[in-house]
Amino acid sequence: MYEFPLLTLVIWLPIIGGIAVLASGDRGSDISKWIALAFAILTFAISLGLWTGFDAGSGQMQFVERAAWIPTFNVEYYLGVDGISMPLIILTTFITIFVIIAGWDVITYKPSHYMAAFLIMEGVMVGVFSALDAILFYVFWEAMLIPMFIIIGVWGGPNRVYATIKFFLYTFFGSVFMLVALIYMYFQADSFSILDFHDLELGMTAQILIFVAFLLAFAVKVPMFPVHTWLPDAHVEAPTGGSVILAAIMLKIGGYGFLRFSMPITPDASASLDWMIIALSLIAVVYIGFVALVQQDMKKLIAYSSIAHMGFVTLGFFIVFTIIRNPEVAGGAVMGIEGGMVQMISHGFISGALFLCVGVLYDRVHSREIADYGGVINTMPWFGAFVVFFAMANAGLPGTSGFVGEFMVILATFRADFWWAFLAATTLILAAAFTLWMVKRVIFGEVKNEKVAGLQDLNGRETLNLGVLAVAVLALGIWPAPLMEVMHASVENLVAHVGECKLPASEAADCVLAVPASVAGLTEQP
Amino acid sequence: MENVYLTIVLAPLLGAIIAGFFGGRIGRQGAHAVTIAGVGLSTALSLMVLARFIWGDLPVYNEAVYTWMVSDGIRFEVGFLVDRLTALMMATVTFVSLMVHIYTIGYMADDEHNWPKGALTGKNSYQRFFSYISLFTFSMLMLVMSNNFMQLFFGWEAVGLVSYLLIGFWSTRETAIFANMKAFLVNRVGDFGFILGIAAVGMYFNSMDYVEVFAAAPAHAETQVALFGGVSLMTLICILLFIGAMGKSAQVPLHVWLPDSMEGPTPISALIHAATMVTAGVFMVARMSPLFEMSETALSFILIIGATTAFFMGLIGLVQNDIKRVVAYSTLSQLGYMVTALGASAYAAGMFHLMTHAFFKALLFLAAGSVIIALHHKQDIREMGGLRRYMPITWITALIGSLALIGFPAFSGFFSKDAIIEAVGHSTLYGSGYASLLLTIGVFVTALYSFRMYFLVFHGKPRMDKHTRHHLHETPWVVTLPLVLLAIPSVVLGWLVVEPLLVTNWFATGDWNPIVVAPEHDTLQTLREHWHGQWAFVLHGMTMPPFFLAMGGLLLAAVVWWFTFAKNPKIDDQLQAMGGPVTKVLQSKYGFDDFNQKVFAGGSRMLGRVLWLGGDRAIIDDGVVNGSAHRVAALAQRARHLQTGYLYHYAIAMIVGLVGLLTIFVVL
Repeated sequence: MYEFPLLTLVIWLPIIGGIAVLASGDRGSDISKWIALAFAILTFAISLGLWTGFDAGSGQMQFVERAAWIPTFNVEYYLGVDGISMPLIILTTFITIFVIIAGWDVITYKPSHYMAAFLIMEGVMVGVFSALDAILFYVFWEAMLIPMFIIIGVWGGPNRVYATIKFFLYTFFGSVFMLVALIYMYFQADSFSILDFHDLELGMTAQILIFVAFLLAFAVKVPMFPVHTWLPDAHVEAPTGGSVILAAIMLKIGGYGFLRFSMPITPDASASLDWMIIALSLIAVVYIGFVALVQQDMKKLIAYSSIAHMGFVTLGFFIVFTIIRNPEVAGGAVMGIEGGMVQMISHGFISGALFLCVGVLYDRVHSREIADYGGVINTMPWFGAFVVFFAMANAGLPGTSGFVGEFMVILATFRADFWWAFLAATTLILAAAFTLWMVKRVIFGEVKNEKVAGLQDLNGRETLNLGVLAVAVLALGIWPAPLMEVMHASVENLVAHVGECKLPASEAADCVLAVPASVAGLTEQP
Repeated sequence: MENVYLTIVLAPLLGAIIAGFFGGRIGRQGAHAVTIAGVGLSTALSLMVLARFIWGDLPVYNEAVYTWMVSDGIRFEVGFLVDRLTALMMATVTFVSLMVHIYTIGYMADDEHNWPKGALTGKNSYQRFFSYISLFTFSMLMLVMSNNFMQLFFGWEAVGLVSYLLIGFWSTRETAIFANMKAFLVNRVGDFGFILGIAAVGMYFNSMDYVEVFAAAPAHAETQVALFGGVSLMTLICILLFIGAMGKSAQVPLHVWLPDSMEGPTPISALIHAATMVTAGVFMVARMSPLFEMSETALSFILIIGATTAFFMGLIGLVQNDIKRVVAYSTLSQLGYMVTALGASAYAAGMFHLMTHAFFKALLFLAAGSVIIALHHKQDIREMGGLRRYMPITWITALIGSLALIGFPAFSGFFSKDAIIEAVGHSTLYGSGYASLLLTIGVFVTALYSFRMYFLVFHGKPRMDKHTRHHLHETPWVVTLPLVLLAIPSVVLGWLVVEPLLVTNWFATGDWNPIVVAPEHDTLQTLREHWHGQWAFVLHGMTMPPFFLAMGGLLLAAVVWWFTFAKNPKIDDQLQAMGGPVTKVLQSKYGFDDFNQKVFAGGSRMLGRVLWLGGDRAIIDDGVVNGSAHRVAALAQRARHLQTGYLYHYAIAMIVGLVGLLTIFVVL
């Protein structure tokens, strides 16, 4: 569609920027930080071109770039975005700016390396969201681990080695199976194009195996219960910026994987195993909600809260099959997926902001323990206002972005099953309970100790960071329509696609999903 | 009219934004000026809208302002439905809000004393308070003017947010920040039901729009849902929605947050926790009357919950000694009356009582606040007495408010409460006998606790310490003016509006009737048929049991807390001691708080700890994740012994292996 390789630019510009920052080094001046900021802002500005140039009426891949990369195996440099990946790319470029700003004065140990890691991370994550070739995707997917590994391992807390190894092994464990699945499909399709995989006819056994392989990879990333325990540890040890990127974007890659791979490639397996994902999602909402309640470390609390909120995402995605199968229910499938998508974007803003808030306190007091605080609002009123605002958004208050996704997913889930909706809706109580209880203990009350008494309110840099995120949270909460519009066509395409049986004609009798007309014609012949 | 309605909503929001973000710059004067201007404008326009509904021919307005989003064919919009029901609420809300804004100038004048030294939160607290109450006005208007379920939920939660911020306004007080969290969480329990109700509406009607849903509702009258062994869809929707109302309108067992909400400054107790926000549930059910009329099960449920709240919460009022808590329990009880009216399908009577109550209860709260200011924030009625001599305006207006509350003939409360009791008496639903009995006896209880408080505060000898008594004087005009302005409607409003609201169904505009009552549920029919004007109604009412019960309660209160108390100041304690276990039960508020604290709060924390340490830590992390690492390590430790380095070990292994392989080949 466009001659100009916009996606390539958005991927490689920050990576080049990262190298430039590295080259500039730490010679005492702030030059490396300014270079990093300039590249982050420039990348964001360019990525906005994806939004403005996007044709919302089309559910097809746009900004497509395609070139041979490893011809022997038919591996291509194949990029493109649709309404599902484009908002996530913009989220990535947007959040990276704040991560750079947040590390400005705080990171004193080799700041240029720190900034460079985030810029490279940014490019790689954009690559994950825009790759349409499975091998390209896999390369970006694994490459993502390296900067994050370094960020936590170098600038992390005291127990960072345990956390990094746990993080690395967990995610690596998942992705190896995915690689096997991708190679299997290459032999079936004679192509690594993800879109070709979508059209690939697969038997039930193959579908189940592929589905499970993807599940291992994506469930760890999301993370879903019971493979979630790396996240609280990683967050606790990660520096503020690392936590922000982890929560705001890396978790979304798992959710994105379900939409781009699991559901369209193996719809029949997804439809027959959806109960499992739904059960795990609901466990994430309820079980993790209770676990979050009793956390004593602010970052752990927010990490658990992230898991609960991501449970909403996977719930929204996988109720689709129940709705499709039930002829009495008209609609709701699109709402579920769109709700999950909005929840991902919104969670990017809110969890990012909450981790920044914890960072603000940590930079001053060097503690994340709730018990070390109390009455912070007495010395930091503006900060307190921001925390209360983001806490309310985290609790899904209408008017903030946190409400939109939750509301849509609950509405859609109700169409699938009353009791699922019942369990999902407990988040209204649980999320409010664990968030507000933390706010009560940290922000409100009398000044608890000397350290709190000596706190300084937000400086300009922090105010800018939290202020812009607050505006984003409000804007998405007050008017989500623009976001919905860009996603709409793609999500409808997806729902139509996952609603069709992909089993070969010989297994057509096993189809729980609608049999496509072409296949149905075949089976009717004598 | 769109611009008018938008202005009504946005003017308070603008005021709130300016006072909130620029409070430090514009100062106190600026903050109260800008918010009062905003709310004043809203009030003026709301009254104009109401006037044009009464005397003009203003059509019903039902339009979207903008499309919030479209998903799966359902349009989620932000828009207004302004009919006479809405207009009535708008006028009530904005008027009471304006009074409270003016009153706050006096009440919060010395707010810096309420903060610890050096706390930055105390610096612009005055401006912040104005910002919050204006924000509340905006939220409440969004709620009542909504034309769809989504925006209703927005307003519903937004008023909850402001309530949270205001109950915990004095954020250094432990009791305040406990109360505000409790209020928010208990409300969330209600909202949990509410959002499921909205989801049910969304599923079966594929729309969020009131008018579309109401139009399609009759088609679903017989729809059954396969839940709980089969319930009708309408029962499910109505009960779920009503659970939301139980939270917001503080009905048993979700009432526990309201008494604690008195930790907030008194102006907001008047505005939010008496006059407006807590009546949102009542308004919502009245608005949804086309749905509720289709489920007698839901109506019975409402009837029973409402009557239980009305009577048993009133009883607690008898043993309270904090002036605000007495009024708070009175509010709970009166909310119960309104809700019971809804259960009896007397939506109009419920709305009528909502309106009269808004004025006289706001008045009582503000009068209580005036007393509190005069006594330098002492709230214990045992340490008051004789205030009528020092504070004549507060005294007279509080007397008027109390008389209106107990339903003294011809006062506003008389009309609305009598209408409710009569309507419930005519109801034939399951539970109506119970409700009717409790509401009737409740009148006696109301009179008793109201005048207990009144006599203890305003009559008898002053019991406060010398210093306080020395400084006693009437509060400034910004405080007394709202009292007077609220006292007037407390007296005359019932007389003026009883006929249009209850008899001639003023709510209907053309062919749009917001309050739908099925003929077989029409409990106000008798009242309409025997309507011979207000005088006849008053005279008739004076022959009925509620009147005698109210007068009996008043007289008893006078005998005990006026005449006897003058001679024996210990009479109150003696009476409570005589009550024995009954007093204990009432003082413990039937044990709801202890139960919630132990079972729900304590239980959740315990469950959380078990899941965290048992599930996440022990099973997943130590068992599987680190466990598998340890097991690999352990296995490797064992396997290591195979690699001995001795050549003959390897040779034997080779030979054994070779023999084994050969055997397999041969056998196969």
